[in-house]
Amino acid sequence: MDLVAAFTTALGLVAGFDAELLGIVRLSLLVSLSAVILAALVGLPLGAALALSRFPGRGAVVVLLNAFMGLPPVVVGLGVYILLSRAGPLGPLGLLFTPGAMILAQAVLVLPIIAALSRQVVADLWDEYGEQLRSLNARPWQVALTLLWDGRFSLVTAVLAGFGRAAAEVGAVMIVGGNIKGVTRTMTTAIALETSKGDLALALGLGLVLIAIIAAINGALFALGSWAKRSAG
Amino acid sequence: MRGILPLHLDHLGFAAHGRPLLQGINVRLEAGARTIVLGPNGAGKSLLLRLCHGLLAPTEGKVNWGGGDMLAPDVVGRAQAMVFQRPVLLRRSAAANVRHALALAGMPWRSRRDAALDALDRFGLAHLARRPARVLSGGEQQRLALARAWAVRPQVLFLDEPTAALDPAATLAVELAVQEFHQSGTKIIMTTHDLGQARRLADEVLFLSRGRLVEHASAQAFFKHPTSPQARAFLAGELVS
Repeated sequence: MDLVAAFTTALGLVAGFDAELLGIVRLSLLVSLSAVILAALVGLPLGAALALSRFPGRGAVVVLLNAFMGLPPVVVGLGVYILLSRAGPLGPLGLLFTPGAMILAQAVLVLPIIAALSRQVVADLWDEYGEQLRSLNARPWQVALTLLWDGRFSLVTAVLAGFGRAAAEVGAVMIVGGNIKGVTRTMTTAIALETSKGDLALALGLGLVLIAIIAAINGALFALGSWAKRSAG
Repeated sequence: MRGILPLHLDHLGFAAHGRPLLQGINVRLEAGARTIVLGPNGAGKSLLLRLCHGLLAPTEGKVNWGGGDMLAPDVVGRAQAMVFQRPVLLRRSAAANVRHALALAGMPWRSRRDAALDALDRFGLAHLARRPARVLSGGEQQRLALARAWAVRPQVLFLDEPTAALDPAATLAVELAVQEFHQSGTKIIMTTHDLGQARRLADEVLFLSRGRLVEHASAQAFFKHPTSPQARAFLAGELVS
């Protein structure tokens, strides 16, 4: 095995529009993007609320949330597996070994990252804007919306960090998805499988495609962000 | 609209970490007259404005609005605006900054656009309406902060050293804006360390020294015949604290 073979395989896969590869890429993106959108919908308001509220034990919650940024994917996968298993509380939904289960597991994995980073962004903005917003009689929910919007350029980075985490992990989707060919096989689980089968060139080829896709998405958002930043000051 | 003036400070005091920063402030401020708060650095001028505006809660005494009438807190809050030394503007266009303040003040969505443009126009900012607020010059930013305050039609406008960071031309624009507020019936309560500005704008002066209200007099009386030794020294340009 050498790198040349890997690159040749990767190029061959991309250039040939291999149907199976396209299916795997589509499922990977669908799962990770859905998970990130779900986590952002919960995590951004949660982070803002945590930045702006004062209650006993808030410090402990912040520490815990920051610690959860490093949750091991296999542990999250195990937790979601137990929830979704036939005997578990969410068992009746019948989600186990479906893309829905994978989205849920990755959303749980990414939520602390988005919430913790957006808490920091909003807290910093509050230091700067707090007096002015209180002078304008903003209600707490109006403060949260104002600061989330004004922090939008930093928050894109928080969401991207979450996306990177979701797209790169293998443990959680492997456990709750089961790596079923054509149903729940993603790029990362396929790479793990090909590696264990000994087809290192194919595994490396898939890896290169994965990295290229993540880089392309980051690049597009970065370009969009700098354009928006220029036009908003 | 309910009038929230006069403003009565009743034995007002503020202490931080056990150290008194303002003590025993007893004064009644009526509608109309432009009140300028003077005093050396650290006398408690900005602190006094923040207590009056409700950004800080006093540790002693009370801030009473409406001369004994019981007014709901949000009635009192909505009748005031404040312009800070460094304007805090949002990362959006100049017009959107004004519209944001109008939204927080409860103005219906449809009226905001025209009201914002009207306020920008009044302070010579109409041509900058679509520009991002954060890339405006310092003087333009401060005028935008004034336009934002104007848009919500406050009964009382607090200004905390609004020209401290500005050049003479921008300072003049701010002083003209203050006159405009005054002529429209808004009560002005402003701090400054610029004595020339105080002479130009003041109807009455509150002179603070070391956290205490040392003098409360008409501008004419204060600048001609200051009664306290601290104020005499301050006006003579001596270094006092």
